Amino acid sequence: MCNCATPGNRSNATAVQTVDLNQVKDAYTQAASVCSRRIVICAGTGCMANGAMKVFDAFHIALQEQGVRVLTAIDPDEPAQASEADEMVLHLSKSGCQGFCQMGPLVSIEPDGILYTLVRADDVADIVGETILKGALVDRLLYRDPQTRQVCRGPEEIAFYKRQTRQVLKMCGAIDPENIAEYISLGGYSAARRAYLMMSPETVCEEITESGLRGRGGGGFPTGHKWELTRVQPGPKKYVICNGDEGDPGAFMDRSVMEGAPHSVIEGMMIAARGIGADEGYIYVRMEYPLAVARVRRAVTDAEAAGILGDDLFGSGLNFRLHVMEGAGAFVCGEETALIASIEGKRGMPKPKPPFPAERGLWDKPTVINNVETLATVPIILREGAKALRGIGMPNSPGTKTFALTGHVANTGLIETPFGATLRQIVYEIGGGVLNDAGAPDPRGFKAVQIGGPSGGCLTPDHLDLTLDYDALRDVGAMVGSGGLVVMNQDTCMVSVARFFMQFTQNESCGKCVLCREGTRQMLALLDDIMEGTATEETLDLLKKLAIAVQKGSLCGLGKTAPSPVLSTLHYFRDEYEAHVRDKKCPAGQCKALADPEILADRCVGCTACARKCPVGAIQGYRKEAHVIDVAKCVKCGVCAETCKFDAIIGV
Amino acid sequence: MKTQDTLIVDGREVAIEGEPNLLELIRKAGIEIPTFCYHSELSVYGACRLCLVDIEGRGIQASCSARPESGMVVRTRTQEIREMRKISVELLLANHDMDCPTCPKSRSCKLQDLAHKLGVDKVRFKRTHKPKPVDHSSPCLTRDPNKCVLCGDCVRACYEIQGIGAIDFVGRGTSNQVMPAFGKDLNQVECVGCGQCAAVCPTGALSPKREVNQVWRDLENPAKTVVVQIAPAVRAGLGEFFGSEAGATCTGKTVAALKALGFDQVYDTCFAADLTVIEEANEFIQRKTAGERLPQFTSCCPAWVKFTEQFYPELRHHLSTCRSPQQMFGSMARELLPNMLGVKNEDLVVVSIMPCTAKKFEAKLDKFIDADGVADVDHVVTTQGLARMIEEAGIDFANLPPESFDMPMGFRTGAGILFGASGGVSEAVLRYAVEKISDMPLPSVDFHQTRGEEGIREVNLEVNGMMLKLCIVHGLANARTIAEQVKAGQCDYDLIEVMTCPGGCVAGAGQPVSIGRQTIRQRAQALYNNDKTVQIHKSQDNFEVARCYSDCLGDVGGDKAHKLLHTHYQNRRAVINQANSCKGAPALAPTQATCAACEKCGAAV
Repeated sequence: MCNCATPGNRSNATAVQTVDLNQVKDAYTQAASVCSRRIVICAGTGCMANGAMKVFDAFHIALQEQGVRVLTAIDPDEPAQASEADEMVLHLSKSGCQGFCQMGPLVSIEPDGILYTLVRADDVADIVGETILKGALVDRLLYRDPQTRQVCRGPEEIAFYKRQTRQVLKMCGAIDPENIAEYISLGGYSAARRAYLMMSPETVCEEITESGLRGRGGGGFPTGHKWELTRVQPGPKKYVICNGDEGDPGAFMDRSVMEGAPHSVIEGMMIAARGIGADEGYIYVRMEYPLAVARVRRAVTDAEAAGILGDDLFGSGLNFRLHVMEGAGAFVCGEETALIASIEGKRGMPKPKPPFPAERGLWDKPTVINNVETLATVPIILREGAKALRGIGMPNSPGTKTFALTGHVANTGLIETPFGATLRQIVYEIGGGVLNDAGAPDPRGFKAVQIGGPSGGCLTPDHLDLTLDYDALRDVGAMVGSGGLVVMNQDTCMVSVARFFMQFTQNESCGKCVLCREGTRQMLALLDDIMEGTATEETLDLLKKLAIAVQKGSLCGLGKTAPSPVLSTLHYFRDEYEAHVRDKKCPAGQCKALADPEILADRCVGCTACARKCPVGAIQGYRKEAHVIDVAKCVKCGVCAETCKFDAIIGV
Repeated sequence: MKTQDTLIVDGREVAIEGEPNLLELIRKAGIEIPTFCYHSELSVYGACRLCLVDIEGRGIQASCSARPESGMVVRTRTQEIREMRKISVELLLANHDMDCPTCPKSRSCKLQDLAHKLGVDKVRFKRTHKPKPVDHSSPCLTRDPNKCVLCGDCVRACYEIQGIGAIDFVGRGTSNQVMPAFGKDLNQVECVGCGQCAAVCPTGALSPKREVNQVWRDLENPAKTVVVQIAPAVRAGLGEFFGSEAGATCTGKTVAALKALGFDQVYDTCFAADLTVIEEANEFIQRKTAGERLPQFTSCCPAWVKFTEQFYPELRHHLSTCRSPQQMFGSMARELLPNMLGVKNEDLVVVSIMPCTAKKFEAKLDKFIDADGVADVDHVVTTQGLARMIEEAGIDFANLPPESFDMPMGFRTGAGILFGASGGVSEAVLRYAVEKISDMPLPSVDFHQTRGEEGIREVNLEVNGMMLKLCIVHGLANARTIAEQVKAGQCDYDLIEVMTCPGGCVAGAGQPVSIGRQTIRQRAQALYNNDKTVQIHKSQDNFEVARCYSDCLGDVGGDKAHKLLHTHYQNRRAVINQANSCKGAPALAPTQATCAACEKCGAAV
């Protein structure tokens, strides 16, 4: 049985009167005004995994011990009143992902603008004692710039944040994702209200088209155009689907938005529904995101209870029902036709297009599917105007894009920059530069970045000043994709990188079409041959031919993009492949089978440590004399090189 | 005046005439585009990626899922496309057992054929094939996943045409396999044995169960007298194996070939079909007159019978209690032949040559095997199986002089022959029933209303002021639609004919492989033509059948006829009906699944 959609709180939704957003806003602002400070604990998945909830609890206890009155929620319906006895009232809240995951758990203190990093429950007493009570800083918890060694007070001073332009992520990491009133107090749902009361479906589609918004899920298809194609379809029943099946390894932008600002996604869906004339929608969240599922479910229930979702939206007479559905745990379900099949309770396998979902989608009805980030951008456009989005980014790629920055880089985490930012800005300014394998800054260490995950390609030092936007990336054989950015240093073997992603797509291929199912498996086998030294130059030709066939011939986007890492590394790092094939050498020294261990006689002191550690007895030599490795016996495990204190063993 | 929409295929202008996709249009233009997963009768699947073409301005696209558009410029055989097709076939071969010489599909296998046609001279990829167990559990079909190319044709045939879904995809990516749910064997699930999966399978992954070895053994055994019956559809298909056009009838050659193979007596299932007409029409007239258990469902198709017992057991009393012609033949052979041929029953071997795989299941039902373990029908060989026997024996089929059936069970009328086509049973029954009800000779034996290709057809006629409302159905998905209506009390048909295979027995899974509509149409036409060429067209005029009644059976529908020619049905529902297992819900009403005579013999329902 499938995990069917939750029906939501229907009876309530119909009973509740039309919501007055201004009233909610005023009530919230009033209720929040009793608090002099707000302590925000990042409760994104990364920080939670590192103990954010323990920090939260510790704050609660420590503050109460100090006689500080703590509000963990601001409820405009039952506002807390400050009494004479309260010396201080504080708002202690959880937020969605603040982005700087490497430094979590994160604690921000507002309005002071302080950001404490790597906070443990033990640190809380100091923060309360110093900062809350005395207004002083706890230096050891502040972020220290890895380049300048400067201590930074908060986001204003931290390069990681300073260089970003946070639009979609603006609320994410600041507000309490479980408080609909706070979202409303910041202008939330006013865009939906405008769409339902002041705009026609045509003008909604026009405004989105005019903004130039393109799909953030990878393809970059113009969103307004997609809506318009669906709007013009005949028939009373249409659907809006939010694709929250983010599955690229290392990507967590959509998760963060769903966890941090779920109402922005719902609002985007309401606007999309207005644009195309839909009265029902699905949020399809991958089941590996339990927190996102819980937050989105909560948000839907709250929006229904508040009279925002359900029947007669804002008194317009129009309805919109929203279901939350957990994914089936398959990467391929991020492909729109497979996602639709999955919602329908069928096996998640893509179908040939045409027909496109705009014509025949969910249950054969016209359907719009948009990615989480795309939908979260929509309310911003309607609030601030199409021109505002065009004011940022590139002419053909307006607005901002979130990326999950990871790999050999100092600052990993969730970032947002305008389209058109260069790779150099991202890697060196936001990312704080490249690290070597030992974790130390390495100014000349940049080798490549894999962009767009397993569907994307790699960019090289030649591309450091390339502006990142849909078209520029496509022209160099890469793609924005969902926005994964994996930075790689000089010690990375590009064949291994291609193999890593090929292994992923091979595992995740649904198995429907021949080229993807068998092609990815054979590409993987060919890459294995190359890494094991059994390949010939013909292997490279065959690999390329096969990769092109899979790229051009596969049924769906998964298959069509699966060869990208191979083709792109073959293109930019051909010499590295050739070294593997022709010289049987891995230039990065990562491919075990190609290792060629050697003991440098002039460095070896004959300590015998390596010979004693060698598991196969391949090292021989007398005490205080240079040792030698018997290559025939050696299994290239590398233990000798790790053991040697004199760096006398190379090539493994 | 609007000019005709056209597009260019390989430099030639081709008119767009409402083709549903580019593939059909290109084939219309005389260019054979290779495919595994495209069948015009099934939904577009788009998995084999062989039908790729190059559309100017759009690049490489699968033609099965591209719409023909005016002005398109299409290339079907560029260097790039040919290389990609080759790669696809090589990829499949790398994960295939490559046991071609011993494969039941050898020479009619699409993979083998395409590897040859596309010039695949070596497989450049690593062998990834890992042996998987072969499922021999079904009496009807063999499922060999080692030969599967995962085109999904079988899955869609089972679900879309038959409305069953006994098999589906299991596992992701390279672990993907087609199999019954929960890894069960085919005989443990709702497979009805129709074999339409095998009919569409491009390789040997699904094939009719072979039973020829047992037949060879009995033919060799001097102690055995081996008699054989040939189903009507066989004569309209067998010739295709030996170079005849589809639709060529080869009755005489088939008889000659069977005699050359050493069968002692060669009889015709149409003889038994004539018996079926008389019994079934009689039952129908009784039920119609009494207004009982209407509509009456035909019962000659064993896959349909199993379908009813499995999915609609509450409707099984609607089934005619008549055995199928194959089984009527079997019981009559056991009754008449030991005396006639002077053999002991246990030394008499009854073989049937059938277009059908489900008949194998039917013949093995307990109710058709006596207490001593002697089955009414010992072996069921498909048309394909017979072709193999003829080839193995080195018989030059094409040049055989025709021979005649042996009597009495080789005597048949045109009505019996019609059983092989959808609508044929209805027409045969009408030829009897209308004459009987009106008590007047028919002005014409042809009931053209019964003929046609629509999956659900209605026939209404008035006989002596009595309205007869018939429904003719083929394909079990269609049958499901009708069964639901019957269940809901929404239809007032008197007789519903159901054939499982689309087009009737001529399209059975045991026939030469083809689900092309044209071939099926030609085979059906061959049977209608054959009806014209025989002297007698009404079952009631079959004097050998009449003699059976006078010498052996007694009255039509009488006690002995009941014993030999009728049967009972059982509830085979595998999953307990939730509605009926709920507390407080009414239990499944006991159904009457007996003929009037059953009550006399006290057979259990």
